[in-house]
Amino acid sequence: MSNIIYMDNAATTKVATEVLNEMLPYFTEQYGNPSSIYSLGSSAAKAVSTAREQIALSLNAKSTEIYFTAGGTESDNWAIKGTAEAYQDKGKHIITSAIEHHGILKTFAYLAETGYSVSYIPVDEAGIIKIDELEKAIRPETILISVCFANNEIGTIQPIREIGELARKNGIIFHSDAVQAFGQIPIDVDEYMIDMLSISAHKIHGPKGVGGLYIRTGIKIKPFIHGGSQERGRRAGTGNVPGIVGFGKACALAMANLPEKSRKLISLRDYLIEQINGEIPHCRLNGDSERRLPNNVNFSFRFIEGESLLIMLDMKGIAASSGSACTSGSLDPSHVLLAIGLPHEIAHGSLRLTLSMENTREEIDAVVKAVKEIVLKLRNMSPLYEDYINKK
Amino acid sequence: MYTEKVMDHISNPRNSGEIENASGVGTVGNAKCGDIMRIYLDVDENQIIRDCKFKTFGCGAAIATSSIATEMVIGKTIHDAIKVTNKAVLDALDGLPEVKVHCSLLAEEAIHAALWDYAEKNGIVIEGLKKPQTDISEHEHE
Repeated sequence: MSNIIYMDNAATTKVATEVLNEMLPYFTEQYGNPSSIYSLGSSAAKAVSTAREQIALSLNAKSTEIYFTAGGTESDNWAIKGTAEAYQDKGKHIITSAIEHHGILKTFAYLAETGYSVSYIPVDEAGIIKIDELEKAIRPETILISVCFANNEIGTIQPIREIGELARKNGIIFHSDAVQAFGQIPIDVDEYMIDMLSISAHKIHGPKGVGGLYIRTGIKIKPFIHGGSQERGRRAGTGNVPGIVGFGKACALAMANLPEKSRKLISLRDYLIEQINGEIPHCRLNGDSERRLPNNVNFSFRFIEGESLLIMLDMKGIAASSGSACTSGSLDPSHVLLAIGLPHEIAHGSLRLTLSMENTREEIDAVVKAVKEIVLKLRNMSPLYEDYINKK
Repeated sequence: MYTEKVMDHISNPRNSGEIENASGVGTVGNAKCGDIMRIYLDVDENQIIRDCKFKTFGCGAAIATSSIATEMVIGKTIHDAIKVTNKAVLDALDGLPEVKVHCSLLAEEAIHAALWDYAEKNGIVIEGLKKPQTDISEHEHE
């Protein structure tokens, strides 16, 4: 697998060597339970506390406001269900956007089944939430707004500060799923007026199975797991110490020279966009060209379907992702691509390439060459393309 | 996820392309669901399928089923060709993942649609052949 070109970093990332080295002692040497009184336990507790501080620092939060979870989806579930339940006396209206991750959307759908009223705010063609519609949706009984910091498919960065202001002004809790944004762009929970924020380790070269939830001091939330006093009694169960240590280290690495790394990624990203635009006809960039995560590229290629493109890329050793129905296991293509107004057949032909600092220009050239060849091959096989050419 | 045979047909699709002045053409599926298959038939005076080509917009399974279906009907009479069922296509590919089985159905329907077109053009009846239900208009997707 050494020759693989990995451009699916929004799906997951490779654990950094420094992260792995930091974690290893906590499996076989420092294996104590952080709740135990003896020194083996307290050194594990100290390591967890260091990780908590590393993450708090990166968000401009207090370490007592950081809770470790088993991942981004758990954080999303807990934030939404935990506050919806805690604030139900105030009201049962909750708001989110049309392009959230399923960890959010399905949790909202679950609450809708149990008697909450849900508003889904539409987005424009770039995937940016319509703030005026959000403002109109607010009612006296609205208790929660949840909007992703940046979208996982098309990379669009939301006007988080404006949403935060709106929520704060109306006394509504504001949660943001920052799983994709965290470690790529600066996040300051005070500046953005965020009350809860979901993050995940494996998207930033940390291990899988570890996430975090920032909960602002004073926010009421029901415990997610009942049991011991871990995570201030709100999420019981012995923590994943090696994973948490790895998360802390990954966070510290991501935050070091963040602006410089962002600039480098943006230049790689824009080079990739430019090359695809220049080399392959009948394509469109999905998402916004400016308000976009530094590592995200998402194109639709007309007349072809995404899964066959992915399989043929895989045959050439290239790992990528698509919003086609065939990759989602349903008949509909990605809800995000439909929400930004793409017709079904164009949404089926989407390709997401997400970069990391390890990708090079040479890899980008190889990927563009491969995509160009495969798109041409698939178009020559496509009845839609045949009809298009015949009509011309 | 896919068998070796499926992967082989995806990497080297057989008989993809068009047939000019085809004896019969059938198009099934729709772009909305992400699958369109078009089958071209060249049928000789003895009602034997001399050539068959396909055009497919769809996932890997859709490409593989179209590809193998063309191989399975070439050389057959039009009456035998309707016996190329989705089950036969599935078996020939050593199976498909559960969520992709509808692709093999599409291949059967595309062949039937092309045979129907041939039968209509020639004013003949092929026993057991029903009018295709999922035939889409050529321009629906634009």
